[in-house]
Amino acid sequence: MANHKTVYEDCDILIVGGGMAGTGATFESRYWGRDMNIVCVEKANIDRSGAVAQGLYAINCYMGTRWNENQPEDHVRYARNDLMGMVREDLALDMARHVDSCVHMFEEWGLPLMKNKEGRYQREGKWQIMIHGESYKPIVAEAAKKSASKIYNRVMITHLLKDESKDNRCGGAVGFNMRTGDFHVFRAKATIICAGGASHIFKPRAVGEGMGRTWYAPWSNGSCYALPILLGAKMTQMENRIVLCRFKDGYGPVGAYFLHLKTYTQNTYGEEYESKWYDQTKEMVGDYIDHHPTPTCLRNHAFLEEVKAGRGPIHMVTMEAFQDPHLETIGWENFLGMTVGQAVVWASQDIDPKYQNPELTTSEPYVMGSHATCSGAWVSGPSDLSPKEYFWGYNRMMTVDGVFGAGDTVGGTAHKFSSGSFTEGRLAAKAAVQYIKDMETKPSVTEKQINNFKEEVFKPLENYTVGRNEITAGTVSPSYILPIQGLQRLQKIMDEYCGGITVGYQCNENQLKKGLKDLGILQEDLENIGAEDLHQLMRAWELRHRALVSQCVTEHTLFREETRWPGYYYRSDKMKLDDENWHCLTLSRRDPETGKFTMEKAPLYHIVDEEQKKAG
Amino acid sequence: MSTFVYMTRCDGCGHCVDICPSDIMHIDPKIRRAVNIEPNFCWECYSCVKACPQNAIDARGYADFAPMGHKVRVLREEEKGTISWKITFRNGTEKNFVSPITTKPWGKHIHKVADAEVPDEAAHDSQLLFNEPDYLKIGDNRDAKLINDDGLPSREKDTFKQGVYY
Repeated sequence: MANHKTVYEDCDILIVGGGMAGTGATFESRYWGRDMNIVCVEKANIDRSGAVAQGLYAINCYMGTRWNENQPEDHVRYARNDLMGMVREDLALDMARHVDSCVHMFEEWGLPLMKNKEGRYQREGKWQIMIHGESYKPIVAEAAKKSASKIYNRVMITHLLKDESKDNRCGGAVGFNMRTGDFHVFRAKATIICAGGASHIFKPRAVGEGMGRTWYAPWSNGSCYALPILLGAKMTQMENRIVLCRFKDGYGPVGAYFLHLKTYTQNTYGEEYESKWYDQTKEMVGDYIDHHPTPTCLRNHAFLEEVKAGRGPIHMVTMEAFQDPHLETIGWENFLGMTVGQAVVWASQDIDPKYQNPELTTSEPYVMGSHATCSGAWVSGPSDLSPKEYFWGYNRMMTVDGVFGAGDTVGGTAHKFSSGSFTEGRLAAKAAVQYIKDMETKPSVTEKQINNFKEEVFKPLENYTVGRNEITAGTVSPSYILPIQGLQRLQKIMDEYCGGITVGYQCNENQLKKGLKDLGILQEDLENIGAEDLHQLMRAWELRHRALVSQCVTEHTLFREETRWPGYYYRSDKMKLDDENWHCLTLSRRDPETGKFTMEKAPLYHIVDEEQKKAG
Repeated sequence: MSTFVYMTRCDGCGHCVDICPSDIMHIDPKIRRAVNIEPNFCWECYSCVKACPQNAIDARGYADFAPMGHKVRVLREEEKGTISWKITFRNGTEKNFVSPITTKPWGKHIHKVADAEVPDEAAHDSQLLFNEPDYLKIGDNRDAKLINDDGLPSREKDTFKQGVYY
């Protein structure tokens, strides 16, 4: 280890990950913590990192209270309905009541927001506004750069540090620099986790060279969950993975197509199909199918059933809308602004949606906390909105003191998207400043703990160096597995036993138990992962984080004995939604000493009443 | 698509290495030019293509589902505040698009919060964030009872319910 220098940084606030949530947290930390040392650490380069790296064509969470378009409560009702009742309404309402101020700032900073004839933001749908967001990420990154004491690019955080002076408290984080090979120790009073959700834990549809064409960014490796799980923080709703209905092969977005272009879907015979599956779905989920708008998972369900019945592929009817040159431009720019790959797919396959209705597909599952899904850490809510079970002192603080979360990290707040993630970063930052102001004794981290982590972090390089000498050449070794080999094993286990694409998103108790067994063995083998260089060391740690997230997801899926979100996944041994026993949130905690998970239920509070009438 | 680099255009400046979110653009030590070392971890986000001062990086659709003979080229001009795209289909069809990327001179209007007025204790104790409630522009449609003393939307805790009721 002598060749890896150890670099120490003593921070007040450490922000792990500089995406939408991380830039929001960095910005707001400086406002409240004027003379604090605020450090943001990013695995890539904050100018183009996180899920918004390539841009966005819409901001999907904007209330518009200034024009009396919606109230924050309406958004809670919307998110709750879409998630089949399961959201943390305190967190959701808190995000929704602040989000507009962020969007107004973005406009002031120069983000091009489209306007309608009355000068209001151009709506794509009830919650979405349209933007020219190619530079959304560089713009918010600039705000973070102006606010941070220091930004570290190309440093991957691998572990959180335990405070050794006080139980159940965090003392910062460690990681490595993938350019210099230095080991970085960030001793921090408060740590805000803003790393990404998890792509690539389930086998993707694209294979070989196209493996990276996942819907969610391939660099989002679930560190936002793995870091707190390793430290023993509680997680919630990790079973609630998301499956996306998107354009085939490129996973290009459909939101603007459905909402603004008014395109619609049909089966291969040109028939509407969703209504056909009404009775069957009602049998499974009861009244939830009557809610308006139809929850995303239930629309997926109809899609999957129609394809299973032999009437695929499903097409998006674009030929009508694309005759209007303005709408055609929007259709294309929508991809160029956020999923260039779909434009490439259509150009290569000669698909011009003006003359041909493109095919849709359902993606492999992802685990994340910011889209139409709400997996993540179990955090405290704000004092004025949270029931006692949801409140323990500081907004967005996890069950381990000193660790806060925002964005994909936080469970229970569905539909926050880019603007809501930035908002949540700001909320967490303000609370973290207060936490530090109230702090009596600083955390203490011993050299022993640091050195143990240092050895562990660089072990994959050691494994490779030693094992490589045994063999002549090539990728096959009896002593180590490479990150890509381990990743493919993980994806196969999750796909086959936890509800991936090849089994039609189905799983049952015995499959999940087998999955857990295989994941346990994989964890043992990952002790022997080999990394050829610092880039592969990053891949090795990404995989280790993904594997841990996968265990947590599988434990949760086993625990919730019902099918709450048909179309996202099916517990084929418990095919009905069961409100009597499962109208609650699921919680897990992994014991850092034994590695064992324990599960419990948490009450589900409805803090917003029902105002919208169910569609009849 | 995955990205690739044209041998005669790349001068090895490393802009793509600095920006790639997936850390897959590296400088090859032998040819001293950029190369995509892991095409299967490329999200085709075009960050490297946009960042290349020599226009040396291009993309070719993923071999497992994209036929050859297409092109999607881009030019991002920060000073002009625009991004221009040219899409060429396998059958030769061309489409061109230009969009704005910013409405203001780059970075000039982004708040430097360190220079903002220092918030007082009452602000620290409130639920308000920087520039709130002004920046929220709450409008006049909200029930005044559901706005707290700080001017922020809130709810009465005694109305919260547990369990199924909707």
